Amino acid sequence: MNRLKRRKMLDKIFKYIFLGFIFAGILVLFVLLFDVFRDGFKMMDWEFFTRYDSRFPERAGIKAGLFGTIYVIGLMIPITFVVGTATAIYLEEYAPINWITETIRLNVANLAGVPSIIYGMLGLGILVRTLALGRSVLAGALTLSLLVLPVVIVSAQEALKSVPSSLRRASYGMGANHWQTVSKVVLPAALPSIITGFILAISRAIGETAPLIMMGALTFVMFIPQGIMDSFTVMPIQIFNWTSLPKTEYHYVAAAGSTVLLIMLFILNGIATFIRYKYEVKY
Amino acid sequence: MSKNNIKKEKSSFIDKLTNKLFDPKIRYMSSGKNRNRWVQYILILAALITVITTFGIVYILVSDSVMFFKEISVIDFLFGKVWNPLIGPNKSYGVLPLVMGTLYITFGAALIALPLGLGSAIYLSEYASPRFKKIIKPILEILAGVPTVVYGYFALTFITPNILKPLFPQAGTFNALSASIAVGIMILPMVVSLSEDALNAVPSQIREGAYGLGSTRFEVATRVMLPASLSGILSSFILAISRAIGETMIVAIAAGMRPQLTSSFLKPIQTMTSYIVQVSLGDTPVGSLDYYTIFAVGLLLFLMTLSLNLVSHIILRKYREVYE
Repeated sequence: MNRLKRRKMLDKIFKYIFLGFIFAGILVLFVLLFDVFRDGFKMMDWEFFTRYDSRFPERAGIKAGLFGTIYVIGLMIPITFVVGTATAIYLEEYAPINWITETIRLNVANLAGVPSIIYGMLGLGILVRTLALGRSVLAGALTLSLLVLPVVIVSAQEALKSVPSSLRRASYGMGANHWQTVSKVVLPAALPSIITGFILAISRAIGETAPLIMMGALTFVMFIPQGIMDSFTVMPIQIFNWTSLPKTEYHYVAAAGSTVLLIMLFILNGIATFIRYKYEVKY
Repeated sequence: MSKNNIKKEKSSFIDKLTNKLFDPKIRYMSSGKNRNRWVQYILILAALITVITTFGIVYILVSDSVMFFKEISVIDFLFGKVWNPLIGPNKSYGVLPLVMGTLYITFGAALIALPLGLGSAIYLSEYASPRFKKIIKPILEILAGVPTVVYGYFALTFITPNILKPLFPQAGTFNALSASIAVGIMILPMVVSLSEDALNAVPSQIREGAYGLGSTRFEVATRVMLPASLSGILSSFILAISRAIGETMIVAIAAGMRPQLTSSFLKPIQTMTSYIVQVSLGDTPVGSLDYYTIFAVGLLLFLMTLSLNLVSHIILRKYREVYE
């Protein structure tokens, strides 16, 4: 009886320890958000969005980074969506089971684990130098696109896998050929989860700093890019720059920038969650 | 005549290749309209982009590292104890301080994220009610979505002054400890979700069997579920460690930029990634030895993370318990 009591006690103790671990993680999240928002809202007003960067913290604004991010991400979205979805369709719907397909799969999995700064070196070496795109919006968008492609491909593959094969068979039974089946039956059924995964990948790209610094995006910018071959900065780079400046006032500016970035990401996450609950069909 | 023969052989080679790339059954179903053929070529082109990316990464890292290793021997690079490539007359290219800095950060991060992550995953899969899960998991996803610059800002302006300084007055403004704590928090959601997936992959009959024999939940979790999902949990640990090794911005912001072999977590250090950032922020002329150093360091970083990722893949493949 004594032994049973001890076992039950151990069970209870560890239940609360594990629960404590979860709450430790959540506590850190709330402390982080509170810390960033408290400092951030001190500096934030409407002017913060309409001013360029400045050598004086009270006059520094995020306009260049905000527009840079919108341009780069806006250019990156169609490229990544098309290439990522097409690759997933190939791997799930067309590729036979052999060593070539297996190699491509393993390659995608490994690319997902390559540090983001290495993608920056790829962008610098191939896009900026060899293809002579310069340190442009286009080069930045392509770099980020290559960076998130593995994530997009894997999540699109999962979405396609979750479409039951009975739908496919029914389509063939109606006399549809393979492409008609894929484009008119499988893809529409998988689209909500493809889009959910895609939005989460985009929100990761918005927060990326290292690869863009690496490929040579600027840190102090006083203009909005006029075309895809213009140089640019993005919000995370501005935040990094402000954080690394010695003046403490700049830390509040960095917090204001982080607040804008975080709110943007929350909205995107919210949209992704909304699509998941509203449109996803469980088979 | 001979020309015709060559043509025939060529087309049969292409046929063989297409049969390797596309399921023959699908090709049969796609026959008829010419457009279907085109769709297949476009799809294979998209899939090729990922292969080209890998070749591009390897090509860039190797070709520019070769320029570096023409001047500096591999042994001096790998085993040298002083890293001072940029300033002064006594330049030195021993990468050990950077590797040690990276391992410091990774070790500290793993110490935080692995136990916390595994414990949380066990709670979510073994103890938590579905409702609790539904509320908690999106919150953990938010933690995963916080950009690394923001973590870096948090480490520098909150963890160091408000937590470390009161505990260790000798801690510097930039130190390895606060950066490794932040990296640990960053990889925590990854450990939780991958480990939980591994635990959930164990069929519930095994769990119910253990309950039927009178085990408590803790015993089920540690003696049945954990061993059964060990390969998945180990591979999630390795992936998280690999992520910590490649983490850049947190370290660049909070750990300082001083490459040194130190035994103290409270001193500034430099990692491989933050060195690369430091050089790319300055105006190092393309083609100089300084410029090539980042590719040598990048190659080493790439090889480290790649081998970890492959090991994780092999563990998952080889040691996975297969259930009917």
